[in-house]
Amino acid sequence: MAHSATVSGEPVAKTSKVKWTRKDLLSLEDLSKEEIELVLQTADSLKEVSTREVKKVPALRGKTIANLFFEPSTRTRTSFELAAKRLSADIVNFSSQGSSTSKGESLRDTAKNIEAMQVDTIVMRHSSSGSAEYLARSIRAGVINAGDGIHEHPTQGLLDIFTIRERKKTLKDLRVCLVGDILHSRVARSNIWGLNKLGAKITVCGPPTLIPHDVERLGVEVSYDLDQAIRDQDVLNILRIQLERQKGAFFPSIREYAAEYGVTSERLKKAKPDVIIMHPGPVNRGVELAAEVADGNQSVILEQVTNGVAVRMAALFLTTMVERKSS
Amino acid sequence: MKIVQDEASIERTIQRIAHEILERNPDGKGRLVLIGIQTRGVVLAKRLQKAVMEISSDEVPLGVLDINLYRDDLTKSLEQPVIRKTEISIDLDEKIVVLVDDVLYTGRTIRAALDALTDFGRPKRIELAVLIDRGHRELPIRPDFVGKNIPTQEDELVHVRFRESDGREEVSVEPREEGR
Repeated sequence: MAHSATVSGEPVAKTSKVKWTRKDLLSLEDLSKEEIELVLQTADSLKEVSTREVKKVPALRGKTIANLFFEPSTRTRTSFELAAKRLSADIVNFSSQGSSTSKGESLRDTAKNIEAMQVDTIVMRHSSSGSAEYLARSIRAGVINAGDGIHEHPTQGLLDIFTIRERKKTLKDLRVCLVGDILHSRVARSNIWGLNKLGAKITVCGPPTLIPHDVERLGVEVSYDLDQAIRDQDVLNILRIQLERQKGAFFPSIREYAAEYGVTSERLKKAKPDVIIMHPGPVNRGVELAAEVADGNQSVILEQVTNGVAVRMAALFLTTMVERKSS
Repeated sequence: MKIVQDEASIERTIQRIAHEILERNPDGKGRLVLIGIQTRGVVLAKRLQKAVMEISSDEVPLGVLDINLYRDDLTKSLEQPVIRKTEISIDLDEKIVVLVDDVLYTGRTIRAALDALTDFGRPKRIELAVLIDRGHRELPIRPDFVGKNIPTQEDELVHVRFRESDGREEVSVEPREEGR
């Protein structure tokens, strides 16, 4: 930092060692620790924009973003939409319902058509793992993965990390427990990759049927007993039971799941008093999370939503500013 | 490398500008706001704030502005700027805002800053204070308070270093490094 004197007439002095060069944001597995920190730092600066009376900066004026959602989503799509608008980008929404995909068009053709309308960045959610990477390789426009199957949901991982860091100041040696359906959770995977790179100690906890085989290889501890695991955690990130993604019977009943793995105020008494409660939403109240805990003063669920806009502004800004190679 | 200002002369200059700001703004009581442009402008604005408050014994709030989101070359520059924090918690309506930056050159930073300030309210007026004016303006912008005019060649660089940010304090003019 000491060497970075102002050089007038040159681009503004830089403190960050890393430069962002990716047109796409596909996963946290791909990113280096420094790249993750650059996104977080950018989000930290951009968060202020949403607190202004005029909630808009001209940074992406003239750029076009397309939301391309093949799975239902309100929160994430809206969050990206607001993020784009606060940066003055134009944003259009495509959804799979009633679109040409339902007429049998391939993903690549759909995206090529959108790109032919001079879109700079596509934000995509799709039920197939790996679809975002496939798309990124197929087109010139940037791609932001807004969730691909059970693979990753990088902006959710980043906003979780952002929220934890805002509350706990550092991630080094912080104990974070992901609770619930790890197997079907792209949020869990993005959290694990990102948190590991920033030095947190991660535990995953859930019924054995919902913990992926060999998950220890990602650098996490495994627990099947929430009452035990909850004791020394600084953060509980509670995942949604994704009833729509579960094709088999992974636990006997919702009631039994809630009894064993639901975070209730009773269970929370065993945790550290300053533990924070996170949830990517939408919450199944009374299943993975009791209503009084979701609304309690340890819950940072709404802060996650607020921070989500800032993190997505950072993701859109960084990727869209990268020059696209001519095809 | 040529040193054009040392620590003592920078401090004297800051004191002088502080006096000039107060003289120029007899109606400034309770309305004066200093806004420093990231990053050296912020250091300078903090110094000016201290000096102005010592002279006038009046409270003068300080804001911090990062202009990168308002740059006119944002989509053209090859290197992405790092976005730093903007912190303007005061309503700027009817205030007398003094924008503060270390070096005035093309004027494009100030153009961006004026755009940004518009989003924070409608000040009574906006003035500009800089430590160094090195010339070569590309826009119709002029400073109200200047520490020192330093004629430069376009291929020279002006470095401002402050104790707080750089560990030493001086203003230097250097030839642009090869390969730039």
